[in-house]
Formats: sequence, structure tokens, C-alpha cells
Amino acid sequence: MNDVITFKAKDYKSGVKPIWCPGCGHFSVFNAVTKAMAGLGMNKDDTVLVSGIGCSSRLPAYVDSYGFHGVHGRGLAIAQGLKVARPELTVIAMGGDGDGFSIGGNHFMHACRRNVDITYVVMDNEVYGMTKGQASPTTPMDWDHSKLTPHGPGVRPFKPAALALAAGAPWIARAYSGNPNQMAHLLAQAIEFPGFSFLHVLSQCITFCPQQTDWKAIVNERQDAALEDEDEAARLFLHEDGFQTGLLYQRQRPTWPPEAAPPNDPDLTGGFRL
Amino acid sequence: MSLSIAITGAGGAGVISCGELLLQGWAREGGRGLLRKAFGPQIRGGESAALLKLTEHERYTAATSYDVLLALDWNNFSRFEDEIRLRPDSWIICEPDEDIPAAVLALEPRIARLPIAALAAQAHSDGRVNMIAVGVLGKLLGLSHTSLAGLAAQKLGHKPASYQQAATACIAEGQQYDLEITVDTPRREAGNRWYISGNQAAGLGALEAGVRFVAAYPITPASDVLEWMAGGLEKVGGNLVQAEDELAAINMTIGAAFGGVTAFTATSGPGLALMTESIGLAVASETPVTVFNVQRGGPSTGIPTKSEQSDLDIALHGLHGDAPHLVLAPLNIADCVYTTAWAVKLARHLQTPAIVLSDQFIGQSSAIVTEPRRCEVQLAAKRADDNDYLRYRLTEDGVSAVAAPGEPDRRFTADGLEHNEKGTPSASNADHQRQLDKRARKLTAFDYGSDWADLNGNGEVALLCFGSASAAVEEAAALLAQRGFTTRTIALRLLAPLPHDALHAALEGSSELVIVEQNHSAQLWRYLRGAMDFAQRLHSYAIAGPVPLSAELIAHYCEEVLAP
Repeated sequence: MNDVITFKAKDYKSGVKPIWCPGCGHFSVFNAVTKAMAGLGMNKDDTVLVSGIGCSSRLPAYVDSYGFHGVHGRGLAIAQGLKVARPELTVIAMGGDGDGFSIGGNHFMHACRRNVDITYVVMDNEVYGMTKGQASPTTPMDWDHSKLTPHGPGVRPFKPAALALAAGAPWIARAYSGNPNQMAHLLAQAIEFPGFSFLHVLSQCITFCPQQTDWKAIVNERQDAALEDEDEAARLFLHEDGFQTGLLYQRQRPTWPPEAAPPNDPDLTGGFRL
Repeated sequence: MSLSIAITGAGGAGVISCGELLLQGWAREGGRGLLRKAFGPQIRGGESAALLKLTEHERYTAATSYDVLLALDWNNFSRFEDEIRLRPDSWIICEPDEDIPAAVLALEPRIARLPIAALAAQAHSDGRVNMIAVGVLGKLLGLSHTSLAGLAAQKLGHKPASYQQAATACIAEGQQYDLEITVDTPRREAGNRWYISGNQAAGLGALEAGVRFVAAYPITPASDVLEWMAGGLEKVGGNLVQAEDELAAINMTIGAAFGGVTAFTATSGPGLALMTESIGLAVASETPVTVFNVQRGGPSTGIPTKSEQSDLDIALHGLHGDAPHLVLAPLNIADCVYTTAWAVKLARHLQTPAIVLSDQFIGQSSAIVTEPRRCEVQLAAKRADDNDYLRYRLTEDGVSAVAAPGEPDRRFTADGLEHNEKGTPSASNADHQRQLDKRARKLTAFDYGSDWADLNGNGEVALLCFGSASAAVEEAAALLAQRGFTTRTIALRLLAPLPHDALHAALEGSSELVIVEQNHSAQLWRYLRGAMDFAQRLHSYAIAGPVPLSAELIAHYCEEVLAP
């Protein structure tokens, strides 16, 4: 993808200054998003970034495209309504782990199932950052740094890729904020994939979870081709450590809505007239 | 005069189809009337009732008592006792060997025995009792066999031919049976009329106003708005998404509207409660959506199959923060076309959500109506013509130019965070004050014209209501006029923003003001008392559902409080 770059990532930045803390993984997602947009030569006017609420959901305002910063957990619903109504647009939904897996969990499940042709980027830092550090659905059971759950959440963390697979997502990948080039590459693939593409990003929060700097040593890039078999993918997603990056699963299936028959009758009132 | 006929039976026995065929047959011969559908909470095996009221006008109120009751069976009849009031001169038509409930017998009504099941079996091996009822009652109304059999064939068109043959045979069998009773029927006159329910009318109004995206989550009694629109959108183009919940439904609607496509959702009380957070988002992001709320008995699950006007509070005040938005209410079945279309157009022009308050009574009743009035008002979306585009620009009328994705050089991020004119998040005092002022101003500065209410008369006693209460209020005013009062009626179609000046003008010269509504806590009365000062003496007539408002009781109340 480096051959024909005529656009630069900075051309896709709006100039609004991010609110994120120094060292936040979301800076690198922001860079990857703009890099992917530049790489694909995307038309800013035909691109919409949609988000919910949280640190990561601030990202659309930083990109020079159309955007919608909605309410907590509902970004996917806005994105799907927009894409169904305006199929010619490129729609990218994004948010954090609390937004997407907790308050918006139902929409995540049904977006995977519905398979509207959008991309969904979850910046997972295993914590609610904007509200100053509470446990999220992906927080380890024994993480005891929150005043809200001083002995740790005590609840098994959620496996986003496994849930996405079970719900029917046709494209599942994982990226790491420490490897923005791989992330940009995966994002470009996700945007081009015809269907619901789920990019799970391990995006560190060193403010509330400084131990996440250890991720650098743990993440490992998948060397094999993406799995196509659902059973194999289920085994992988249920048993892996969650730190394998790359395109993990891809199995294309029909998108929604199917192509509609052309409007067939402008008269709506015939059925009522006596 | 009017003639009221109740047909009751087990859920699934076909009493609603029976009522529909009779009303359509009656309408084909120039008659007018209303069909209310009453259901128990069970889906099958419960009870249902078709409640017909044949009239000489289109001011459709629920019947307060019934001239004829045809009971296919008496199982669970007691559940309708509140709704199907009988009199000593009522006719009861029922099977010869079935025991009539003691409460009914106590009224000493006139009884006609009809061997319904035996006639059905005799007419056809697949004969159904509801078609015997169509024949018997059709004869009572003087309807022709050709007309009723034709309507039945149309209704059963998708079923095997034997169903149509059975229906035709049963209708004939019923018409031949000599029941030896007669009733007086209302006058009929030919006219260009429709047979439509309020929920269908709302769907029609929405599509005619340009709605091309609908997000839907099923809920009684609003599902049939959405079901009708699913078919309607296939005719005119557009999309309907069945959402996973009401939170998704409202946000999908917002997403489509942000894309520049006119968008709509329909729900009932509990669904509206779930949607309110995001309706606030539509206010802040200035995204036009129409939320059509078919009210039912509340709170919580309440009485889902019965009517009430108890969502006024949540529609007006349910949003968090200072969130000015539109609230409208259709006045009757036919007006669902006009008011829904008007709401859609106002929302689009003013870039704000509109909540429309219909209810189960007008939503799920079908009526014969003169071709409904359409909303012809043209409201163009304001467009920017300069290159210095600001999505939330401060303007004199508060309305900023819109842009949708795909338009060059108009890029912005819509935001539920407070923002500056460009849309960039801002917590500054100045931006907050200016944007709050702007969002309020665009609603209050707009000229809504004369359709904010329907006004009748200029008497000293003003009867004020909103939405579907208007028919009962009109009827009460007529009763009061007969009893020596001079009255005027004001039926509000626009509830927010409240047209203070127009309302004051409409009340000028009246000395008494009776506020009529179908809820327990006098929500309209409290709203108006909080919003305006009145020169009149105020009286509140607020009665919760599920029994429909009664003109006689309203008139009686007025006589009591207005007595010198």
C-alpha cells in the first residue's frame, strides 16, 4: 500500500486538539485511521466516523471527515441507520470497551449478526478512562486499582472476538496500539471488506493501567492466513490469551439489507378507498 | 342517531373480521361508522370484541352502551363488562343452549336465540360461526348478500378457494335465518370515503411527508404503524430496519436523519421512555426525527391493549437538560394523516425531534372517513450558500443551514456534547448560553399558523383538550348546548412549544375553562397552569383509562361545576 500514496495522513486531521493523556494508545489509533484513509485515498466528504461516549469516542472530531459523536453505547446503531439509509457512504463506527461491550453490548451482538457493511473499531484499554478508572467488561478479575471495586471486579473478563464470532461477524482482526503500521494496514482491509468488519484494538491506558506497558512483550503477530472455518476460529477465540494480532478470521456472507426491488407503486392510498 | 353493536368471542374466533366486513359493507352503501377492537392480554384463546358504532357523522366517540350484543360464546365475557354496557332495551343474540351471565340477565334485556354453530355446520363443512354472525347482522342492517360475500372473498383472497365458498355459504345461511328482531339504522348518504385506522393513517402521513427510513421495535399498540409502513416503503422506496431494542431504533433513526434521509420511528410508553436519552441527543445535535407514540395505559407494562392519554408528561418533560422539542397530537383517526405529516415536516425544517402523541383508541380503531385532509405546507430545508460553513451557526431565527455527508466542503462532526457554531466540543459559558438560546428560539420564533388547534364556537364555557379527547369533547359541547350553556371547544394539536398567544386569543370572552383529558394526574391541566395565567375559572376533568372518555360524563361534570 506504500506504492501510490498521493494523500498524507495529516491531510485527514481536523486540527482539533485531542483531549487524551500523554502516552494514550488512542493517539496511535488516530494516526492509523488517518494513515488508512490516506492510503486508500478516501474521499473525506463521503466518509463518516461515528462514535459513542468515552475517551476513544472523541476520535471523530479529530478527523477531517463527516462525523457523529452520539450518546454512550449507541454509536453502532447510528452507524447502521446511516449506512442503510445512505449505502454509498463509507461508515466507520468506533468506541471503547465500556461503550461497545457493556452499555452497547446488545448493539454489538446484533451488528455482528445483521452484517451491515460498516467497520467497527473498538479501542480496548480494559478500563473506563473518562470516568477516572473503573473496571470494564474486559478488565482482569483481580485488577484492584478502582475505588469502585477495591478487591477487583471479580468477574471473568469478556472475550470480544469469541462473542463476535458467535454472533456472526464475518471479519475479525486484532491490532495493538504499539504497532500503528499493522493497525493501519488492517483498518484499510476492514474498510474495504464488504460486510461488518470488527477490529479489536489493544489500546493502552497508562494513566489508569500502567501495567499495560507490558503488552509490548506479550503481543504476537499471527503468521498464518486468517481462519475461515468457524469451529477452528471458535477454538482459537475461546482459548487464546487475547494478544494475537492480525487478521484472525474472515468468512464472507451476504450483507444486509439485500438489494431491494425497485419501488413498485407510488399510490399508497388505494387500499383505503372504498 | 347511532346504532352500536358489540360482537364478542374467544380470541381467534374471528369477531374482528366479522366487524370489519360489516363496517365495510355498511360503508359501501353510504354508511359511516367506527370499529373499535378490544382484546384481552392473551394472544390466542383469550377474548376479543368488535365494537361497532354506526353513525350519521364522523365525530367518532366510543359507544357508551350497546343496542345489540352478539355473543359467539360467553367465555370470559366478564372481562368486557366495563366496556360493553347494556340496557334493558338492548338485544342479546346468543346460542340457545348457553347460559347467559347473571349480570347480563339482571338487566332484563331482550334476548334472541340463534343456533350459530348449528347454522355454520349446516351451511358448509368448513363453516365458521363468525360468518354466520356477518349474515345475521348484515341482514339486520339491510346489507346485500352480494356486497358482503364480495368483501369476504376479498378478505380471504390469499386462502384456499374452499374458505371463500364456506364464507359465502355461511353469510347466506345467516341472512336467511329469521331472527325476528329489528333495529333502527342511521341515515346513509353516498360520499368519497375511506376505511382506515389511525395507525395506518399515521404511516400514510409520514410517507407522504417524505419519510424514507423507519427503525422499528415491536410494541403494542404501535406495531401496526410499523407493519403498514413496511409495505408502504416497498411501494415508494426506502428502508425499514427491525432494531434490537428501542435504544437502537431511535439511534438508527438519528443516523439516517443525519444522512439527510427523513426518518421516523413508532413506539408506545415504555419504548418512549427508553428512547428519551437519545431524543435529547437529537435536540443537541439538531437532528430531525419523528417519534410516533401510541399511548396505552401506564406506567410500566400497565394496560398495553387499552387507551390512555398519560404520556403527556414524559413527552413534554421527559428529556434531561433544557431540551426544547416539538410535541403534537392528532385529534382523530383521519387527522393522524395530517398531524403526522405536519410533525415530520416541522421536525425536518426546525431540525429537532418531534414526539407525536396518538393513542390506542384512535390508533387501533378503524373508521369510515371522508378522504383525509393532507398537509400541504412546504417547508424547505435551509441550505448554506457560502464557503464558510458552520453547522450550528447562530442565526436570527435560530435555524442553521443543514448539510449531509457527501456534500463537499461542509464537513462537520455532529455532537451531543455542547459545542460551538462549528460543532467543536465546548464547555464555555458563552457557547452554552448561545446554543441553548438558539435551540429554544428556533421553535418559539416559528409561525405555526392556524393548525395549532381546532376551534369551534365562541361561548362562555370553554372546553379544552388535546389529541383524541376532541371527539368526546365536541359531543359534550353539543350536549351542553342542548342544556342551555354556550360553549366553545379548543382541541390542541400542537402542545410544545405551547402557542400562548393564540391560546389566549382563543379563550378571549370565555369565563369558565374546563380542561378534559384521559389520565389520572391531570397532566394537561398542570402543564397549562404552569405555562400560562388564565383569566377564566379553571376546572379539571381528568379520568384515567381504560374505559373511553364519555361525552355524557364530561357534560355532567360541567353542569355540576358550572351550576350557579
